[in-house]
Order: sequence, then C-alpha cells, then structure tokens
Amino acid sequence: MKLQKSTSLALYSVLEAASNPDRQIATAEIAEKYGVSPHHLAKVLRELGRAGIVESARGVGGGYRFSGNAKRLTLMDVIEIFEDISARTPEDEGEPVTDVGTALGRILSEIDDIARATFSSITIDTMLKLVDRARGLTPPARQRSERAPA
Amino acid sequence: MPILNADRSKRRASSDSPGERPIASGADDLRVRPAQSEDLAGIIAIDARVTGVEKIDYWYEVFHRYGARSPRQRFFFVAEAGGTIEGYVVGEVRDWEFGSPPCGWVFGITVRPEARLDGIGSALLAAICEAFRRAGVSKVRTLLSRDNQLILSFFRSQGMMAAPFIPLELDLE
Repeated sequence: MKLQKSTSLALYSVLEAASNPDRQIATAEIAEKYGVSPHHLAKVLRELGRAGIVESARGVGGGYRFSGNAKRLTLMDVIEIFEDISARTPEDEGEPVTDVGTALGRILSEIDDIARATFSSITIDTMLKLVDRARGLTPPARQRSERAPA
Repeated sequence: MPILNADRSKRRASSDSPGERPIASGADDLRVRPAQSEDLAGIIAIDARVTGVEKIDYWYEVFHRYGARSPRQRFFFVAEAGGTIEGYVVGEVRDWEFGSPPCGWVFGITVRPEARLDGIGSALLAAICEAFRRAGVSKVRTLLSRDNQLILSFFRSQGMMAAPFIPLELDLE
C-alpha cells in the first residue's frame, strides 16, 4: 500500500506535533526534516487545522501545535481527511464489469478491509510509542518530556 | 469476543506473588487473582452487560476448564476491588497450533464499563502475560474481529502487532 504524498505529510506533521504538544512547530522545521516542499506542507497543515487536529499559533515564530486527543485520534482519522483508501472497482473507473474483475475486486476489498482495520486500531499515542521503540527509547523517557494529553 | 477500553492508568501490577497480583493504586484496593467459583456471578454479569447475551452454562464450562484447579497452562484471572469483580481475562498456552511453537493465547478480556480507563485491562493483561512467561513461553497472541476497533486499539496500545497469520473462513452450504 502506498499513501499519497499529502497523507504522508499529514501523518509526519501530526506525529511531530503530538510528540511535543507544548511546543509550536514551524512549517519550515517539518519541511526541512522530511525534505518536502514548505508550500505543500503548509496546505496540509491548513487542512489539519480545519479538522481541529492542529491549531496555528500566532506571534514570534508562529507555527502549529497539536490540538487533538492522542489517545483517541487514529491514523485512519488523519488518512481519511486526505484520501479514500478503498479499492477502486471497475465501475468506479468506468471500465466494463466482468466476472474476472468482480472476483479480483473481492480480493482487493479483503486487502482494503484489513488496511482500514489496521489504521483504525492505531492511535497517535500508540504510534508515538512505536516511534520511541524505533529510537530505542523507553516510553517513560518520552513521557517525562511531554505534557499529558488532554 | 469481549470488549475493553484503553487505559490512562497510574496503576501498575506487581509480581511478587505468583497467581495473585495486588495493584498499587490511589484509592482502590484492586488486585488481580485467579478466578474462584464465587466470582462467576460477577463475571457472567459483566459479560452479559457488554455482549447483551447471558451465557451461564458457557461460563461454568470455562471455569471448569480454566479455573483454579485447571492444568498449569490454562489461566483465568479476575480483577477485584472492594469485593466487586471489575474484570477478567482468560487464556492458555497452546502447543504447536497453526504450526506455531508454544505460545500464550488470550481469548477473553473484559472490564466492567464503569471501571474502564483506569488501567484494569492493562493489569489483567500484564497478569496473564506473566503467567505465560512462568509457563515458559515468550509470545502472546489473540484473535478478534477487525470491526472491534476499541479492543484492537487496546491491544495495540499494549504493544501488540499483527501476527504472521491470516484467518480464513468458509460458508458451509
């Protein structure tokens, strides 16, 4: 499975912001870290702001701050703001409906259902634990440096 | 499969007493211990409340197979606070099922709805994982509906990842 660029940027941004909920993160900082266009990232962050997941911070430095509930917000909640990961049927694509196409569609739907269930079961808080694990940090090390989620 | 919520617990299970795990908490005297026959009414009530189906015979059978006098590879624990059963967990070590080396399986875990979000589920899971370790296995698995986002999220929050299996089914005509 491959997520669209905007979706990946949204997930990076949400995880960056949620890992430091007290801190305002500048668009340029995230853009530089992940090697992406600040212009594209700014559009993604505005969309996340409209969804109430981040809030823009005015003043010196500006930037964005996480405003969601990390223990409730799932990866799927973020993904579906930017794309529909459902498998496309021949009808969706304007193609003729065939027996082979219908059978193949059932398999693609199976894969799609598993992907949705996986994304829906992982909260931002759980994802941050996985990030810590990838860094070799124990969860308490991160908890000491962050504000408790609302 | 029963249901459980994620937790925001300060409670931690200690492991100084095999089979019984007092939980250090603020006000409540919560402990996780092996289920006894007197606990069945509370267990049945929680399950009926959560699933909408009262399964008396089923739970007596589960207790018969997994209760206090069961073989060492089967575990049935309850979380109790102030004389009230707050939740339970059931599981066992299964050898070479699905071609897998022996591992622990959790097939039932539930917390009373009013008692959720307080770390009881985490304590129950920790207790049965410790029992699995004592039984000599180093992996725990479970299986649940992919629509059950709540309990899927709970197990994910405890660090569980997708297992290398794909469940299959067939409608028998």
